[in-house]
Amino acid sequence: MTAAEIFAIDVAGVTKRFGDKTVVNAIDLQVRRGEIYGFLGPNGSGKTTFIRMLCGLLTPDGGTGTCLGYDLRTQQADIKKHVGYMTQKFSYYEDLSIRENLDFIARIYGVPDRADAVQRSLRRLGLENRSAQLAGQLSGGWKQRLALAACLIHSPQLLLLDEPTAGVDPKARREFWDEIHQLAADGLTVLITTHYMDAAERCHRLAYLAYGNLLTRGSLADVLAAAQLTTWTVTGPDLRQLARELRGHPGVEQVVAFGNTLHVSGRDATRLDAVIAAVRTPRHQWARIPSSLEDVFISLMETAEDNFK
Amino acid sequence: MSNRRFTFHRLWAIVLKEFIQMKRDRVTFAMMVGIPLMQLMLFGFAINADPKHLPAVVRSADQGPFARTFVSALQHSDYFRFVGEADTEAAAHDLLREGTVQFVINIPADFSRQLLRGERPVILLEADATDPAASGPALAAVRALADTVLNRDLTGPLARLRGRAGPVEFRVHAHYNPENITQYNIVPGLMGVVLTMTMVIITGLAITRERERGTMENLLATPVRPFEVMVGKILPYIVVGYIQVTLILLAAHFIFEVPMIGSLPLLYAVALLFIGANLAVGITFSTLAKNQLQAVQMAFFFFLPSVLLTGFMFPFRGMPEWAQWVGTCLPNTHFLRIVRGILLKGNGLAEIAPELWPLLLFVVVAMSVGVKRYRQTLD
Repeated sequence: MTAAEIFAIDVAGVTKRFGDKTVVNAIDLQVRRGEIYGFLGPNGSGKTTFIRMLCGLLTPDGGTGTCLGYDLRTQQADIKKHVGYMTQKFSYYEDLSIRENLDFIARIYGVPDRADAVQRSLRRLGLENRSAQLAGQLSGGWKQRLALAACLIHSPQLLLLDEPTAGVDPKARREFWDEIHQLAADGLTVLITTHYMDAAERCHRLAYLAYGNLLTRGSLADVLAAAQLTTWTVTGPDLRQLARELRGHPGVEQVVAFGNTLHVSGRDATRLDAVIAAVRTPRHQWARIPSSLEDVFISLMETAEDNFK
Repeated sequence: MSNRRFTFHRLWAIVLKEFIQMKRDRVTFAMMVGIPLMQLMLFGFAINADPKHLPAVVRSADQGPFARTFVSALQHSDYFRFVGEADTEAAAHDLLREGTVQFVINIPADFSRQLLRGERPVILLEADATDPAASGPALAAVRALADTVLNRDLTGPLARLRGRAGPVEFRVHAHYNPENITQYNIVPGLMGVVLTMTMVIITGLAITRERERGTMENLLATPVRPFEVMVGKILPYIVVGYIQVTLILLAAHFIFEVPMIGSLPLLYAVALLFIGANLAVGITFSTLAKNQLQAVQMAFFFFLPSVLLTGFMFPFRGMPEWAQWVGTCLPNTHFLRIVRGILLKGNGLAEIAPELWPLLLFVVVAMSVGVKRYRQTLD
């Protein structure tokens, strides 16, 4: 098998600058066909810009690569034909009905048996009896379903989803993910950006982006293992006072409050243990826990920020 | 503390915020400063209800001193600018129809002889009266002039020819609009104005709306080509433009009884070019404006000179040269001349050709700016 048959996305050194600001800095990424790939990172980390380069909306300033075997720079028109892109903000016509929106998109892509395709798409997403409703009147969850239906209507091979679950309630979010997994099982490749940690855990593989740099990637287990982060939880009285005390110490990289517990993390386990041993009193309950993805990402981001400055 | 009382800090907070926002919104700010300046310039300097130096030709069959005195007196009145002589009546009428000249002054062959005999020779002044406002003041001035112009030459024994009803008789022939009906000029002109206003605003909003609502990103992610988007957005409004043209023509005919001498198919064909010109301007604004409000503001900036400097509201030839140059760059100027020419003068393709190519040039320029700008917004 050639690289293009294995990888839906295969890019190296992809860079984008706006003025003198590097928004995406030399990113290498390979996404296998049929994979759900999570693209994580804080706001403004370059996720959307990267996705826009993948679907031919922006031309990279540096780097090379292919998307579905088409060159990122020279074959943008071919990429657009075979990629479904769901924008962060709802970007269908609010003054058109659901059916009219789907019909419009189907016409643009030149979908064969258009009426049939629209009907199938409505049925699949359970929008059949709402098809005459104006898109603008739909709730957030339904808008998201419509957007998904619209970007699937031309049977793309790659689905690029930019923050698809932002502003969607947990139940609708779960249904959305079930749908994505179903699509991936049918062979569709999905690249999805999010900053929800629970969403990240539903991806086959992850990459974490901050300030335009790709900081880590791999499966959930790989990412957690690579971070080599040690985390303790502590519960008890006067946690704010304790947090202040801990923050000053070298070796303590993060002290984060989660309700009535503090998460204390550091990459150097020996030094962290030493600090904790020094401040530890019987008033608090201390326990070592496996680091969560969130702990890892915050740690990564803070390191990246230091490098960035 | 009660929240029901008026407080200055809350009022001040709103005032400050408004000023900050005003400062950020450059186009609105430009409009607040620009519109008064533009109005001052246009109304203060460009517009002149007493147009002078209007182009005229003399068709003189008499080369005698009286005739020459007469012509030079007309020239000194500042209302006429003689651009040459016409040898034949047909040549003179061609110049009038093309709009190259506004007046033809016909001096009969035996002018001097009749004058000396006290027979009150007739001078025929033919005027292009499509715009009564443009020719009116000059005609009034010429009548006053006629009685006194020859006084200096009529001395000694000829002094008897002075006074009474005047030594010469003036006859004015107001072509194309003999009754000087203002509507004949305004109603066809409205076609250009209405099309400019609606077409530029509607298309100005077309792409800005897509961008403001976020649908542009989606559209760009599909395989649709910029040219397809542009033309796809323009075509429906061409239909709208034609509906407007038809409505105005119907009203002009049935309500205002404006004569329609020329070819309507020709008018409809030219209208396509003009509608295209305005749509191209709108699309270009649309790619420049950040939001719909800015697009409307830009359209307004375009609309104002299109009404004031094109000869719609005020005589084109009354304006100073710089204003005429601005006017010449606006498509409405040329379209107005074409519409009035076709409807009132019965002009055909040959006569309107001089106005046709500037329109065509405008479409090409505006359209290429629009397409170029549209491409840039991809990245």
